[in-house]
Amino acid sequence: MSSTTDSGRSVTATGSGEKTRSAKYGRKKGSGRVTWSAALRKDWQLYSLAILPLMFFLIFRYLPMMGNIIAFRKFRPGGSIFGEKWVGLSYFSLFLNDSTFRMVFGNTLVLGVLTLIVCFPLPIILALMLNELRSNAFKRLIQSISYLPHFLSIVIIAGMLFQFLSLQGTVNQIITGFGGTAISFLSLPQWFRTIYVSSEAWQTIGWGTILYLAALTTVDEQLYEAARLDGANRWQQTWHVTLPGIRPTMMTLLILNTGTFMAVGFEKILLLYNPLTYPTADVLSTYLYRVGLLSNNFSYAAAIGLFESVIGLTLILSSNAISKRVAGASLW
Amino acid sequence: MVTIDTAASKRRPRPHAHTRGYKVFRVVNVTVLILVMITMLYPFLMIVAQSFSSDTAIRSGHVSIFPVGFNLTTYRLVMGDATFWTDYRNTVVYTAVATLIAIVLTTCYAYVISKKHLRGRGVMIGIAVFTMFFNGGLIPNYILITSIGFRNTIWAIVLPNAISVFNLLVMKSFFENLPLELMEAAQIDGLNTYGILWYIVLPLSKAVLATMVLFYAVSFWNSWFSAFLYMDKSELFPVTVYLRNLIAGASSASSSGAGATDVAQVSANIQSVTMVLTVLPILCIYPFVQRYFVSGVMLGSVKG
Repeated sequence: MSSTTDSGRSVTATGSGEKTRSAKYGRKKGSGRVTWSAALRKDWQLYSLAILPLMFFLIFRYLPMMGNIIAFRKFRPGGSIFGEKWVGLSYFSLFLNDSTFRMVFGNTLVLGVLTLIVCFPLPIILALMLNELRSNAFKRLIQSISYLPHFLSIVIIAGMLFQFLSLQGTVNQIITGFGGTAISFLSLPQWFRTIYVSSEAWQTIGWGTILYLAALTTVDEQLYEAARLDGANRWQQTWHVTLPGIRPTMMTLLILNTGTFMAVGFEKILLLYNPLTYPTADVLSTYLYRVGLLSNNFSYAAAIGLFESVIGLTLILSSNAISKRVAGASLW
Repeated sequence: MVTIDTAASKRRPRPHAHTRGYKVFRVVNVTVLILVMITMLYPFLMIVAQSFSSDTAIRSGHVSIFPVGFNLTTYRLVMGDATFWTDYRNTVVYTAVATLIAIVLTTCYAYVISKKHLRGRGVMIGIAVFTMFFNGGLIPNYILITSIGFRNTIWAIVLPNAISVFNLLVMKSFFENLPLELMEAAQIDGLNTYGILWYIVLPLSKAVLATMVLFYAVSFWNSWFSAFLYMDKSELFPVTVYLRNLIAGASSASSSGAGATDVAQVSANIQSVTMVLTVLPILCIYPFVQRYFVSGVMLGSVKG
């Protein structure tokens, strides 16, 4: 039984495949979908506008992608940008046996997961709180102020953190005010994760509400009325109507956050860490920066970078597939 | 937008809204939001307060959000530094050139990929979108930029980041929503593609262009890492790298022992002033342009 359906399905599959192929062929010949030469003749001015941007993508995006080949080849500074001779996977086996690599990989995962857990729900909560406000002026004021950190250079944020957490800074003023002793936060590894994640939350919470606030205005008012008729209180209305209403937005942003969580704030860590905090602060990107650009092991660092990018790509593809299946929301 | 807003405010008074639990909730809600607001503002106020305070007051830990020992000496000191001004001017030049190039390239490509009839459109969109999810990485980029001789030139900062795919998609969806009839009419009137883009499309796109200019300008103004990587001379640095070096110098001095605290403390002042001067342009335009940013984000989310 099953074999017949299978063969039947395969027959139809090939049949439809042939159909599409012939349809495409027919379209090419016909006047609807034009051939390349006809398209070029008709729209050459449009294509000409795309030349410079395409060159940009080719040179500054796709050439470096191909440059990753040096992860498999020996690279000599000043030599070919694609390396000198094949060495296979030796750089990969090198870093898999490198204890520092294992440490920074662990740090990357911990920082990435912590950031995701803390920074993903906060904007949703803030948006729900803002949504309960009666005064539009007050709401707009809070929004304007909470977007502000988004526009700051990461260097400024690092500078603020240094001053805020310095021995004479606000946090230590409070600690000593209560009779404690001042803590040198930025040179203690056990504080780094807290500092990183909370500053990340400070920076992103306000800007993150924009899309949720927009989604909240589209929730159907009739659903609230129906919920009220069923005797739902405010909390139940929020739980059963509001949250499902903004679920597509939540899923989309969750996919985006998951896809980028391996690329934890490289620039911020580079500015904030120091050798004392390496045990918790050093991540893949900062490690490969030091290995590659400060110690000139280009191929080794490129291998680590390629490993990181491939994991990132896998993460975003798989979280997209999962959310498509589970929640019916996807990026493409 | 406007209609949605009024609909949202009309629905506000809901039954159940006058129970005691809800009243308590509202008080807590407003209190928490005020605390959030204070948390957001505090670091700014602290920096401003420190920039006007005296060394001794900061060193003894008395400065929070009000200046102690008010003085303008630090401002005079920083603004008297020739390198600071050189680097500040560099930031202005880099930002202006980079934004101009970015706008031209992004507009051209967005216009092309917004044409639904165009052969190869899907491929061209794919070429751009793929780079959002996979990139070459730091090392190959570094090797490329150095080997094509961009080191110590403005091009190392300007060209590698000329198109942001997010901005590209925002513009594309804006162009797609323009009325097609206008362009067809212009074509019948004898305008070619360049003419239509210049005389018809761009004048209709002033709002989105303004948003894009702001997006790009802010990100170039704030950027520091490419300059940090590719610039070797302090007269080529943007002001963000100048500031980074101040901070890095101060933090290494303070972690290296008690003897160096004096150095670190003098620069706490100077750091604050430099930070204030660096964010000042952004803070000045922010109140007027904030809504453009928000609308840009919304536009991008329509179909990313």
